[in-house]
Amino acid sequence: MQRRQLIQLGATGLGVSIAGVPLELLAQDKDAKKGGTLNVLVQPEPPGLMMGLVQNGPTQLISGNIYEGLLRYDDKLNPQPQLASSWTVSPDGKTYTFKLKSGVKWHDGKPFTSADAVFSVDVFLRKTHARLRGSLEALESVKATDPLTLEFKLKYPFGPFLGLFENGTMPMVPRHIYEGTDFATNPANATPIGTGPYKFKEWVKGSYILLEANAAYHVPNLPLIEKVYYHVIPDAAARAAAFESGKIDIAPGGSVEYFDVQRLAKLPGVAVTTKGWEFFSPHSWLWINHRKAPMNNVKFRQALMHAIDREAMAKIAWYGFAKPATGPFNSAIKYASADVPKYPKDMAKAKALLAESGYKGETIRLLPLPYGESWQRQAEMVKQALTQIGIKLELVATDVAGWNQRLNEWDYDLAFTYLYQYGDPALGVARNYTSTNIAKGSPFNNVEGYVNSRVDALFAAGARATDPASRQKAYLEVQKLLVEEVPVAWLHEITFPTLYRAKVKNPVSSGIGLNDSIARASLA
Amino acid sequence: MKRLQYMLTRVAQGLLALVLIATVNFMLVRAAPGDPVAVIAGEAGASDAQFVAQLRAQFGLDQPVSTQLGRYLGHVLQGDLGFSYRQQQPVVDLILQRLPATLLLTGTAFALSLLFGVTLGALASRRAGKWLDSLITVVALVFYATPLYWLAMMAVLLFSVQLAWLPAFGHMTVGAGYTGWAAVLDTGRHLLLPALTLALFYMAVYARMTRAAMLDVAQMDFVKTARAKGLKPGRILRAHVLRNALLPVVTLAGIQAGGMIGGAVLTETVFAWPGIGRLMFDALLQRDYNLLLGCFLVTAAMAVLFNLLTDLVYTLVDPRIEL
Repeated sequence: MQRRQLIQLGATGLGVSIAGVPLELLAQDKDAKKGGTLNVLVQPEPPGLMMGLVQNGPTQLISGNIYEGLLRYDDKLNPQPQLASSWTVSPDGKTYTFKLKSGVKWHDGKPFTSADAVFSVDVFLRKTHARLRGSLEALESVKATDPLTLEFKLKYPFGPFLGLFENGTMPMVPRHIYEGTDFATNPANATPIGTGPYKFKEWVKGSYILLEANAAYHVPNLPLIEKVYYHVIPDAAARAAAFESGKIDIAPGGSVEYFDVQRLAKLPGVAVTTKGWEFFSPHSWLWINHRKAPMNNVKFRQALMHAIDREAMAKIAWYGFAKPATGPFNSAIKYASADVPKYPKDMAKAKALLAESGYKGETIRLLPLPYGESWQRQAEMVKQALTQIGIKLELVATDVAGWNQRLNEWDYDLAFTYLYQYGDPALGVARNYTSTNIAKGSPFNNVEGYVNSRVDALFAAGARATDPASRQKAYLEVQKLLVEEVPVAWLHEITFPTLYRAKVKNPVSSGIGLNDSIARASLA
Repeated sequence: MKRLQYMLTRVAQGLLALVLIATVNFMLVRAAPGDPVAVIAGEAGASDAQFVAQLRAQFGLDQPVSTQLGRYLGHVLQGDLGFSYRQQQPVVDLILQRLPATLLLTGTAFALSLLFGVTLGALASRRAGKWLDSLITVVALVFYATPLYWLAMMAVLLFSVQLAWLPAFGHMTVGAGYTGWAAVLDTGRHLLLPALTLALFYMAVYARMTRAAMLDVAQMDFVKTARAKGLKPGRILRAHVLRNALLPVVTLAGIQAGGMIGGAVLTETVFAWPGIGRLMFDALLQRDYNLLLGCFLVTAAMAVLFNLLTDLVYTLVDPRIEL
């Protein structure tokens, strides 16, 4: 691990690109022991394991071992080879050519070729993957020029294009199993076939999912651990107890409550890491419904920013596993800048702004996220802060289904959320602020209804430029503008700490953390 | 003959009740905000109009509710409980996979609570006013008043985390590959804590009820007569007192048996017991309509069935009761 970081730092420092050199060769730990069984928590039970159809958190946690993308990403979000061994970009930024690794086989023994890749991107995922469909608007065509070469042609240069290839965004699915079938009801969905380091073995619903090492994996010497069990334990306190009793080796981020993380991390033989979320960089905020007064008044929104003590919330509700957000960009992603207007806690100023905003004492409804204790505590703290400056606030309790529906239908005043930023502002940030992304029916677009043509233009410029300097320029301006306008009240850069037994070596080895495969982990 | 006729009438009534229950459930479930499409779209982390429309069409949710209800009832009458949206499997299969685990858990808890409850109650009544009676009464009161969830958590902390005597979760040691007696023993070890926590509440209820009923019956004339005839105290207790005191216990046991499957939700959740209670709970959170309705219907059918059985048991306990 350390050696790998050193080599990478050295490479970056010398300005040498390490693209094309398999990361495994750099990272190979010759002393790592092979074999053993790993026990991991999964929460909730995934709806399915066919990554092309479902991409929610639990599915990615498990299926990231079965399905692979063309690339993976290190913790600095630099692309690394996975199913592609190398890639080139044409000077005009519109043609990307990928060389695929030779000798890669699907779990049923059939060879993986560029025809599978074309089918995955152009046929399968276009039909099933809403997030990728949005990102692929820039794509003109994708062709297999020979069995191991793949050529993407873009309509216009698209800066973040190389950020689309990890296994949750663009998983490769086997053409020979899915072509010409109804993807959603194909019986093969129950026995997923990928190219990854682990094969699907058994799923006892309500109990566990078992994966077994793929002996024919295309990276020599991997995977290291022989069997991986993912245990389904529905209750958060019971998950903490199961980890504490020693039957569980890894509790992925979010599987135990934050107060338990703190407690369990102190036990002997237990380690905790916040790494592995760089690609997702979860960013939380308070959604503000701009369609109604007084939320449509910028002074009201600025008052919220001044009233909410994000520092205290990070300490109390998140037990230190969060850091106050300064604006729309998470500091882990590209082009994030701290050079933006600041909103320190200032109740007097908040009251003054509120008075100017035309707020007449109406009751404002806040919809907390029904995802556990931390969100509940945070809701109580927001309520207290806003009550102090004179806002009448009512907390509206829902379960997850109700929360989704209310946001899909814009039936809220204020609401908590967090979104992933996917390493690049064009992939994970723009979607919440551009006016073209206002549409009912999704809790993950411009739900607040913010419209600003300058912001639209800047995000478009940032996405369509390929040289970092002009992207930087557009994104710096848009950050300043957004922070001034407060379309949403940013709260925290959240981290989801992973708890694990110290005997597990190297559990997190990329910027997508445990959602990448666990192939490089070993048991001491 | 009369008995057979009675049974047939009751079964017919039960079936009618089930159809009504299915209809009411269908309407109630739809009245909750949110639908499976909202949940799935939310879980996917991204969605658009095309995605949502695709799912709605796939689930048949684009039809009017009355059409959906008609279609659902039609299928139910043919024994088809539909398809689970989220788990992509027929509801019947999902329920049948989970039912054995729940029956094992609740059946064990039922037997434990009846056995210990009635025994403790009988003991307490024989020693009425003595220290044993007080001890049993206090213990019963504590178990009666303690929330099941808390009790379960404390049991896990003590026996699994601190003492490491019993497993903390699941219904078997995953990956151990036990067979024969080793497997039975392994399941038994996993069963102990959840079955006990589930049993304690009803054990307390039966103990209190048995004690009160026995003290009541012991005052009656026929018991005095039996005593005067010189019957042995043990026989008086079993044949005269206990038998008559059991009627209210049977009533309550019937209710417990009927509600057992639904009542195991908390225990199954805390102990990660892969039963139908948890299946139902997950289906509720995910608005997996067909699966939820299927679980409701099966639990309702159990309640109807146990009601009927309770009435039959009455006649066995007390032959004077007529059907």
